[in-house]
Amino acid sequence: MDPLIAPEDIPYLPRGVRLEDDRVRGIRVLQAPERAMQLDAIGDAILSELDGERSMAAIASDLATRYQAPEDQITGDIRDFLTGLIERRMVFVKSPPKET
Amino acid sequence: MKDLPAQPRDLDGNPVAPGLPMAMLAEITHRCPLSCPYCSNPVELTRAQAELPAEDWARVFREAADLGVLQVHISGGEPGARRDLAQIAESARAAGLYVNLITSGIGITRQRLEELDSKGVDHVQLSLQGIRPDMADRISGHPGSWDKKMGFAGWVTEIGFPLTINAVVHRQNMERLPDMIELAETLGARRIEVATVQFHGWADLNRKALMPTREQAAFARQVVNDARIRLRGRMVIDYVPADHHAVYPKACMGGWGSTGLNVAPDGSVLPCHAAGSIGWMRFENVRDRSLSDIWHLSEAFNAFRGTGWMTEPCRSCERKNMDFGGCRCQAMAIAGDARATDPVCSKSPLHAQVVARAEEDAGADTAELIYRRMKKGG
Repeated sequence: MDPLIAPEDIPYLPRGVRLEDDRVRGIRVLQAPERAMQLDAIGDAILSELDGERSMAAIASDLATRYQAPEDQITGDIRDFLTGLIERRMVFVKSPPKET
Repeated sequence: MKDLPAQPRDLDGNPVAPGLPMAMLAEITHRCPLSCPYCSNPVELTRAQAELPAEDWARVFREAADLGVLQVHISGGEPGARRDLAQIAESARAAGLYVNLITSGIGITRQRLEELDSKGVDHVQLSLQGIRPDMADRISGHPGSWDKKMGFAGWVTEIGFPLTINAVVHRQNMERLPDMIELAETLGARRIEVATVQFHGWADLNRKALMPTREQAAFARQVVNDARIRLRGRMVIDYVPADHHAVYPKACMGGWGSTGLNVAPDGSVLPCHAAGSIGWMRFENVRDRSLSDIWHLSEAFNAFRGTGWMTEPCRSCERKNMDFGGCRCQAMAIAGDARATDPVCSKSPLHAQVVARAEEDAGADTAELIYRRMKKGG
């Protein structure tokens, strides 16, 4: 699977995609146009970091520190997970702001 | 009014275990400015006087959210035909639901669309009847529809709603599928749903004019496969193929009464929008009972839950938990028995007959359409 996001890219949830509690089933879900996706704890942890400001690399670094895991492995997991969601248009990506 | 059974049982009396619904189709009206000859509404349309008022919809949305529904698809008819659409949409969002608006784009002004934005509609799905004015206006039976739709699509993206294009394909427009996909791209759609006409209700009356050929079905498959590769990461393509040309039936509704429910304009609750075609089936109404009781205990929802009701060849089939015997409405329409194996399945004794009839209809030399109409007096 070719990745659809580079380390310096900034992933974000576009309008119409929401991270929510499913209070009836007691799970976390990602709601998008005509789709609701059940999230596991890892998926939820990744998507909760998407603030539209930090790059994927910065998010990976933060999560690696928090969960005391190798950064390479975390980066790979995040990239694959987000690529799947970018393919479904549930996550968007923007390029980092140009340095002036 | 008859009491509901105390325990959920299928139509043979086998105990069944209802799950929780994820999605609800809210058909708030059957009124529509278009008269597409494959309309998914029943042939007997509900009149305006019989429509559920907005306050009742608000209650139904709250009950749906409590029951586990996450998303509502507000549809019709044309939902914009109801003046209180914004109020209805607002109450759905207030109930905590994700709100999809399924529209033809006709009859909703820019100002109304902005109001729907402020009331919390999450996503807009716009139907296309064809590419360019000639086909779109002829199929929808509405002169000027194409121009109005293109104007509407522009407002949707200017306001910022995510947009899905719903392109219904059939023998008369299948060749233009590549152009429809390109148009969706140009309009900035995140997603296009390419849906081959399903031959129920109105569409069944137009089989000879709309049934795609086998070659067209193969062409559409190829176009979709190529476009999925080319547009990866830019636009999602969902595809509903022509099941008359398939080996196995579709897992209709992901299994009867398993994940979805449909509330009709008059408040009756159906396991799928076509279930009214099963003549003997009785449907409960949200005016009389809670959605939870209807979902868990009504005879209609429990009739085909599980696999105990199945006959052969489904009963001993290894795919019975994958496609659930296919479409009950198609079984009713073609086999005359709603519990029969979906006749499009290659294991059905009626399969050869279904294929022969589809081939014959696909080769019919007619383009004449019977348009959807409400009976006089409505």
